[in-house]
Amino acid sequence: MPEWKETVRAPEEEAKGPVVQAQSKPKAFFKKFMQRRTAVAAAVFLLILLIITAVGPQLAPYDPAAPDYDNLLSGPSPAHVLGTDEYGRDVLSRLMAGSRLTLGVSLSSVIIGAAIGTVLGVLAGYYGGILETLVMRGSDVLFAFPDILLAIAIVAMIGPGIINVVIAVAVFTVPSFARIMRSATLSVKESLYVEVARSIGCKNGRILSRYIFPGTMQSMIVNFTMRVGTAILAAASLSFLGFGANVTEPDWGAMLSSGRNYIGVASHLVYFPGLLIFLTVLAFNLLGDGLRDTLDPKIK
Amino acid sequence: MPEELLLDVRRLRTEFSQGKKGSVVAVNDVSFQIHKGEILGLVGESGCGKSVTALSIMSLLKDTPGKITGGEVYLEGKNLLECSEEEMRKIRGENVSMIFQEAMSSLNPAMRVSAQLVEAILLHTDKTRREAEEHALKMLAQVGIPDPARVGRSYPHQLSGGMSQRVMIAMAMSCDPHLLIADEPTTALDVTIQAQILDLMRKIQREIHTGILLITHDLGVVAEMCSRVIVMYAGRIVEEAPVQMLFYEPMHPYTKGLIASVPKLGSGVTSLPSIPGSVPDLSMMPPGCKFAPRCRYAQDRCREEEPPLAELGGGRKCRCVLVQDKEATVQ
Repeated sequence: MPEWKETVRAPEEEAKGPVVQAQSKPKAFFKKFMQRRTAVAAAVFLLILLIITAVGPQLAPYDPAAPDYDNLLSGPSPAHVLGTDEYGRDVLSRLMAGSRLTLGVSLSSVIIGAAIGTVLGVLAGYYGGILETLVMRGSDVLFAFPDILLAIAIVAMIGPGIINVVIAVAVFTVPSFARIMRSATLSVKESLYVEVARSIGCKNGRILSRYIFPGTMQSMIVNFTMRVGTAILAAASLSFLGFGANVTEPDWGAMLSSGRNYIGVASHLVYFPGLLIFLTVLAFNLLGDGLRDTLDPKIK
Repeated sequence: MPEELLLDVRRLRTEFSQGKKGSVVAVNDVSFQIHKGEILGLVGESGCGKSVTALSIMSLLKDTPGKITGGEVYLEGKNLLECSEEEMRKIRGENVSMIFQEAMSSLNPAMRVSAQLVEAILLHTDKTRREAEEHALKMLAQVGIPDPARVGRSYPHQLSGGMSQRVMIAMAMSCDPHLLIADEPTTALDVTIQAQILDLMRKIQREIHTGILLITHDLGVVAEMCSRVIVMYAGRIVEEAPVQMLFYEPMHPYTKGLIASVPKLGSGVTSLPSIPGSVPDLSMMPPGCKFAPRCRYAQDRCREEEPPLAELGGGRKCRCVLVQDKEATVQ
């Protein structure tokens, strides 16, 4: 290998500040994100919810399955802050325990759907051709069904149960990711640094994983957050309809479903799970909006 | 100076398909040679096919509607157009590499600078990761980056344009390619940084004996850097000459126009001469000489038949009937 004889030194003025002291990206992102009050509020709400989900059973005032026959269907009281259900079980404790099931089902289904959809979308966008046609037309077919209807159809085919609800919700999450990731890939594919990667002889696999995928992450994060909200709603709806968790298990949708029978005498059984579902979905959507606005350089 | 032949492009033709409307020829019958350790300038207006020529040599047209439809590109005796994609992938970066105009967007924003260099090195050598990392730092130092370790740790958005271009050059040179294609490497930089980058490229040429194809529309850069120059117009070579001859005695009316339109300090001229009109649309090319509509010497025969690129001796070539006539009478 021929050796370089001397080193050309950059002149002084450039040498002083070779690295522009730009704000680091995470810091700049955080600063920008903090200006969006609603998104911050949503993030705080979700953070608390996640903590409760993680340590919920220890924090819960009662055993979520323990009946209290002296307090059937009693409204909110100092002993039972959110009241009790038809077996005298503490609603607050059940909601806290139920967050595990509800969030677990929706998060895992979105993770699965996002993973499959992302891989399909990125490959379709990068390679194009017949693969792209197949993925995109397949997505169109799935998109033609309303989300819940599709999930019900899938559960009806493969039977009820938590795992099957996860599968059903994952299936209808795939096309949205496939579409979004394809278009993100198409725009990143055009960028100069991908061409540079090719000009130094990078393999396709490497270009996909190190050059294309990181560039599409923003779209993925935003869509992920948005879809979690949808997935919670779908999972709760399926449980409500009796396709998901066992009715005896603490699950927000299932609680809503069994509480419906007592809506006349103990409306708190419907209000609190319903309110919680509503707030959680809203929080995920607001967080998604906030992230999109922060991550998108086009929106100031 | 008959150095060893490095790159031999013969009658390269690249077409861009436009769907149902057929296709346009972006590069037409382009032939030129680059010898080892030589800097060849390729000049012309925007859209005259300079960059497409470069991408064709690299076989990087895959993602564009462009397609090479004729000719041969020999790099050290090997026809690149017959290479498989896999062979070509090995050649890129190892035998020929490329630097681009926008250095800032040439680097992957999601990777640290050193990681990108290491990647390029690992692709073409048997070095271990640690050796590659050392080599990367050495390359950064050699392209004149002070504190290579710190720059290596930074992300591209933390670098200035000049720094990014240095990093790009380090990356392109990390596997000692024999040919470096520089596509407007200094256009996006301010003049002082531009001079530094040109110095760096000249050093590479002098010390490592890399052949450089320097694509630019800046005649000042050409005068400073190149030994030979090719002038392209509308996808064709219109003139080829050693650099001094081109500036002292441009032959083709287009070259004359280009040189006349370069501003000169202290000349007291208030308005610069310019070439009237613009480059013809590739899909609506005039039948004869492509420059005829803008040429003030054009005659009827210029508009009817396209003149060949004639050899005029002394390493000069020119595609103009008038010049050819004149040469004939002189002889």
